[in-house]
Parts: sequence; C-alpha cells; structure tokens
Amino acid sequence: MVYKAQSGHPGGSLSCIDILVGLYRSAMRFDPDNPGWGDRDRFVMSKGHASPAVYSILRDVGVLEDSDLDGFRSLGSVCQGHVDRKWTEGVDFSAGSLGMGLSFGLGSALAARLDVSERHTWVLLGDGEIQEGQIWEAAMAASHLEVANLTAIIDRNRIQNDNFVDDQMRVGDVASKFHSFGWNVIEIDGHDMSEIVSALSEAKASDGPTAIVAATVKGKGVSFMEDNPAFHGAAPNDEQYAEAMEELS
Amino acid sequence: MTGISEPGASRDGYGDALLDLSSDERVVVLEADLGKSTKSCHFRAKYPNRTFCLGIAEQNMALVGAGLAEAGKIPFASTFAIFSERAFEQFRNGIARTGLVVHLCGSHGGMHTGQDGSSAQSTEDLGIFRTLPGMTVMHPCDRNSARSLTRNLLSHEYPSYTRTARNKTREIYSEEEADNLEIGVASELRAGEDATIIACGVMVERSLDAAEELSHRGIEVRVVDMHTLKPIDKDAILRAAKTGAIVTAEDHSVIGGLGSAVAEILSEECPTRMKMVGVRDKFGESGSPEEIMNKMGLTSDNIVQRVIELVQKPGRT
Repeated sequence: MVYKAQSGHPGGSLSCIDILVGLYRSAMRFDPDNPGWGDRDRFVMSKGHASPAVYSILRDVGVLEDSDLDGFRSLGSVCQGHVDRKWTEGVDFSAGSLGMGLSFGLGSALAARLDVSERHTWVLLGDGEIQEGQIWEAAMAASHLEVANLTAIIDRNRIQNDNFVDDQMRVGDVASKFHSFGWNVIEIDGHDMSEIVSALSEAKASDGPTAIVAATVKGKGVSFMEDNPAFHGAAPNDEQYAEAMEELS
Repeated sequence: MTGISEPGASRDGYGDALLDLSSDERVVVLEADLGKSTKSCHFRAKYPNRTFCLGIAEQNMALVGAGLAEAGKIPFASTFAIFSERAFEQFRNGIARTGLVVHLCGSHGGMHTGQDGSSAQSTEDLGIFRTLPGMTVMHPCDRNSARSLTRNLLSHEYPSYTRTARNKTREIYSEEEADNLEIGVASELRAGEDATIIACGVMVERSLDAAEELSHRGIEVRVVDMHTLKPIDKDAILRAAKTGAIVTAEDHSVIGGLGSAVAEILSEECPTRMKMVGVRDKFGESGSPEEIMNKMGLTSDNIVQRVIELVQKPGRT
C-alpha cells in the first residue's frame, strides 16, 4: 500500500500489526459480516497514521478487499491517509490528530456502561502520541470514573516523526505513569502472540481501565526499516520494496 | 413581539432546556468544572448517572462527547465560551469532520461577561466555529429563546455551538413566542422600512432600544434577531437589503462574526450599504458589563449613530 501510494507510514504500521492480529483474531467482539453491529467492541486507532495496519487487518478478516487497499491515499478511495469512520466500513474513529483517541474511547466505554452492555473499547496509542496532554486528561478521567471496559495499548516502538522518542521528548516509564493515574498495567513483548492474547484477555476481565504497554520494534520484519526513524513516514523505493517483500514472505 | 421586563440570562434557558430534554434517555450532559455557571448543574442534580464531570479538561470533554455520540447518545457539553476555543481543534477533527453530533454550549460569552476581564471575554468563538463545515452556530438573546433553540437541538442532525450570556437580559420572547422559533430561521422583532438592524445575543435588546430612539427621530427600522449565525437565514438578509441600509450588532469581533456573515451574503447576492457594531479588533478589560460595553462601542447609542450615518448619507439608493 505504502509503496504503491509512495506515501504513508510503514514503520508504525509494522510495529503494531501483531497487536491488531491479536485483537481481531482473539479478543474483540466483532462480526466481519456486520461490521456496523451496534453492540460490537469498539477499536480506536488513535495513531491514525498507522492506517495501513488497520486496512490490512480489515482485509484479513474480510471487511475490505484487495482493490480497496490498492486505492490507499488516492482520490475517492475508502482507504484514506489516516483512518476515517466516514470513509471506511469497520473503522470506528476518525484519527489523524494525535492525542484524541483515548478520550473518544472513554466516551465509548461510558456509553456501553449506560447501555448495560458487555462491549469493550480498545484504544491503540503511539508512545510519541502520549506526549499530548489530552491523553493524560483522559487517563485521569477513566480512572476517576471507574471505567472497567476500556483498554489502552501503547505501541512502545520508541520512535516518532522526527527522531527517537527519548531524544525528542522522553516519555519515561510509561507503565509507572499509567499506574500512578490509577490504571492496571500489563507489560508485554508486542510481537509475542501468546503474550498479546493473554494480556488482552486479562485486560478485558479487569475491574478498572487497563494499559498494556507493548514493547515493539518500529518497522518490525523489514531489516532496513527496523528501529530506523527514516521509515516513520517514508515509502520504500523499488529496490527496498522488493527486499522488504522477500523478508516478509 | 417586543419585550416585557422579566429578567433571566440566556444561560438559564440552556439549563431549563436540558431538564426539558431529560426524558429522552439518549441525552447525556458533560461538564468541565463549570456546570454551576453554564447551568447544566440542574440536570446533574437530577440525573447524576447521565452527567459526566470531566474536570478542567475541555479537550477531553469534546472527544468523550464524540465517543458517546458514536454509540447513539446525544451529548450536551458546556463550558465558558472562551474555553470552548481551547477545544476548537478537537471539535474540528474529532466532531465536525467525523459526522458526529455533539452539542457544545459556551456561556459567559462576549464583553458582556464584564468583571472577569479580558481572559474571559471571548469575542472570537462565533467566528471560529462558523468556519467548520456542517457546524450549526447560535447565539440566542434571552432565556426563553435559548431554552427553545436548545430544545430544538434534540432532533438536529449537525453538531452545534451555542453561545449564552452570563448576565440577565430583558425577556424578548414570551414562552409561547419562543416555542415557534426554529434553528436557522431569523425572527423579525420589529417592523420598519427605513433601515434594518440585524443583531444577535445581548445586542438584540440594545437594538430594540435603538429602534425606539430612532422612531422618536422619525426613522422606522426593522429589527431582526439572527439567533442562528450558521446556517444563516439568507432570505431574511435579502429582505432586509430591500430597506436599503443594514446595521449589524454583535457582542463579538466584527472579524468573522455576525457582521461578516451578513456581509458575505450581501456582497455576493445584493450589495447593500451596511455598518457593523461590534468589537473592533481589541481585547477588553475588567469592568461592569455596562462600563465595558460602553468602552467597546456596544451600546444602543452606537447603533443609533450607525443607522443615522447610513440613512442620512446623500445618494442612498
């Protein structure tokens, strides 16, 4: 997708795709034949530039088709540059401006509580994204309002747009920060499927908001993209594409 | 439809309306530590389970509203008008752009808020929210119209921003008259063919006073309450153009507010001589509402002067 469009964000898509597989294949209450089912779990991709990961998992579960993915970032395509609920079936949240998704997820979770529904809300955050102050407004409110049906997963890939997170603006001990805001915290390897599945299950059963801090590798699976800030928001060229596809196959 | 004296503030009308709407279980109320001021506190007292107090965190409040709206709730969020501006980008990207219906009320708008000083005197709010595609923007003039227009939001299909005022104003509409108000349909409060004053919010009562004064001087002006700035009532503006002179009156910057909205229609559809009464690219200061309104040129005398300048100018068509 990113190669074809020659624009997009491969690094942060590859770092979170294992988590999305865990969500859609094991944890989420979701019917691919009826993606708009009102009582489905909600998934909020707050780091909306990782849209290729969302479109890939929606293709994998059968909501989107290959031709949809082929149009990524082109005029009129259902696969917009950043995930957008108005354009894409199966997308619950319109992202693109970082820091807003956890608040939206809190609203979703409160609505489920009012509806006395079992549905759960899952929010995927970037580790650079949590530099936004609104994330901590939402974190404080979720614990104050004792919301149990909300899980935040932090894709801790340690790289943001301009540089490594530690160089740009340290976010420090993310697990401790969420813990001090009153959240349950689970730390996992974000590329170990058994750890992902078990953490999602534990989060769903928990009696308060849960943060899963997932240690990940930006650009996971493509050697020249791994841990490389240059591939936060850059498309591979012809040779790089061929090399990447060989490594991923 | 001229007023009798029954004091109340438009923010009280917002609080009344939330209670009116409470029987609909979809209605939820969001607060950011100013519910006592915006008057959502009355709903909170009766329906604590459907009221979410989110602390001093307007950005979070906006998106919590979006999440609730996505799940079928009808959120009414409020804060001071000035702090609604802090969540502007949240409203832009998280609400207006996404097709979700969240209603935001900003109370204590304009210079009229008085003593709190310039940090609280929002004079940009109507202008900035008006720029968002699909957003409805209102500024009712009294308690009864604020109540009625807020009630109308229950079935409204677009997100909205409504500015209310802190301080009491005269009753312009009886409850029965207010019941007939519709979002987007301006209300002619006084007939006249020599000129038209188009006003919103707290400037409506001042416009009626100005019309009275002008009548003593032999000038009969129409007064239109443009309670909805967007979608604006184009037909009412074009009818006003037939009087040959238009003065707009708003407790808001003339950059982007009601005067701009009226000029946008007239300049394209029917160029008409007009003057704007509003805040002239300035910040306010502490003072009583009357003192600061005087200093900013937001009085009925200012309106009278602008009308006379237009009506008496030779060569008027």
